[in-house]
Amino acid sequence: MTEQALQVAGGRTISLPLSKAVEISLRSLKIRFGRSMITTSGVILAIAFLMSVQSSNQIVDGLKTAGRSEINLLLQQNGIETGTAETSEAKDRVKEERSKQAWLIALSLLVCVVGIANAMLMAVTERFREIGTMKCLGALDSFIVKLFLLESTFQGVAGTTIGILIGLSMTLGLALLDYGSYVFAYFPGTGILKAALLALVAGTLLSLVGAMLPAYRAAKMEPVEAMRSDT
Amino acid sequence: MSEEQIRTDKEEKRTVVRTQQVKKTYEMGQIQVHALQGVDLEVYSGEYMSIMGPSGSGKSTLFNMVGGLDKPTQGKVYIDEVDVAQLDAYELAWLRCRKIGYIFQSFNLIPVMTALENVTLPMVFAGLSSDESRDKGVDLLKKVGLGDRHSHKPNELSGGQQQRVAVARALANDPAVILADEPTGNLDLRTGTEIIELLREMNTNSRVTVISATHDHKMLSVSDRVVWVKDGRVDRIANREDLDIEVTQVEGE
Repeated sequence: MTEQALQVAGGRTISLPLSKAVEISLRSLKIRFGRSMITTSGVILAIAFLMSVQSSNQIVDGLKTAGRSEINLLLQQNGIETGTAETSEAKDRVKEERSKQAWLIALSLLVCVVGIANAMLMAVTERFREIGTMKCLGALDSFIVKLFLLESTFQGVAGTTIGILIGLSMTLGLALLDYGSYVFAYFPGTGILKAALLALVAGTLLSLVGAMLPAYRAAKMEPVEAMRSDT
Repeated sequence: MSEEQIRTDKEEKRTVVRTQQVKKTYEMGQIQVHALQGVDLEVYSGEYMSIMGPSGSGKSTLFNMVGGLDKPTQGKVYIDEVDVAQLDAYELAWLRCRKIGYIFQSFNLIPVMTALENVTLPMVFAGLSSDESRDKGVDLLKKVGLGDRHSHKPNELSGGQQQRVAVARALANDPAVILADEPTGNLDLRTGTEIIELLREMNTNSRVTVISATHDHKMLSVSDRVVWVKDGRVDRIANREDLDIEVTQVEGE
């Protein structure tokens, strides 16, 4: 009955094309550039840390497998056990170190998610009226979710990319200081690429997860509630 | 005067919005606040209606009901003969998008968008192509007297200009009803009068029904009917003819 009335009255559905949503969310980021940068910097730091740990592991592994005595000497100078001392005790120590690293990475990523969630919640609160207005203009809950998740994804991708570059270049710089040109001779290209991809996925996912609750909260807001906050 | 005669001659009084014994109760901790205590109201197609009343009278609550922004605790609200309570989220959004145009006291333009984009946003939601919506948006901005300002952001426009953009946006999808909540509340006397006149003009030219919540007495002279709300009830309803006398009396005093 009601459906019919609606059909008769106008026909077409309501929608927010993705291209338009992308445009709106990019603009929202741009206009609040300073704040977006602060949120993004959290992602940058976490991902830079992840990337530098991963890539330095890769580089060291690459050098180890080379099995050249002059490289092994350099490695030992830097406190890294090499193939010559491959006892089970040494292996355990490497394992332990790696699991410590994993903990640190997990913690830093967790802090990053909390940071994103906090920043997005603030963004939602700040934009009560804007969200309410959009709902009055006929926006569905899903439009609002889409806008906020897109915004966060863009921040995530941008932050992750910058973080990867920073993390990688710092590790490379340090490795060059320690091992000189051997780094390039045994450069673990595919390993680094894998690490970068992992970081990209992790960073983007984190941003999405962090934005989910705030986006949901924004979408569930009644237009009246949004209007009320304008006093 | 002849304008109104033509209007009543041409079309029967068709009801756009109808409320039936609408009650609204808010829970404020232990206390129940009865914001509306049974309101029956009919709004006719093409009329310009003002809802007046002091703050706390239930005026805003009634206004939100009529606009499909709030649901009654008891009673029914029909917009275009559709019972609002029966609509799901999608249909409600559809209704807001296509049937109702909102104008707010604080303009509520989207700050990141230009005037034109603000006007075209409801059309985007309604599924118009970008060419269609741009053409229509430019037309609407011309109609409200802002043809040369379409690429300005809200913060580059004065209050009156922002409200003009909001009027254009409200008209975007050719709604049946325009709901204006204190549209002159944030404007100075002259700009407020201009906006009222603009609304009246749109009402006359586009035959769109205008419902306005206000305590601006400038609104009285352009309204076809004025509804006074008091203590959650309709206190009285006055037609324009009766009002003219009152206004002159007030001015004469």
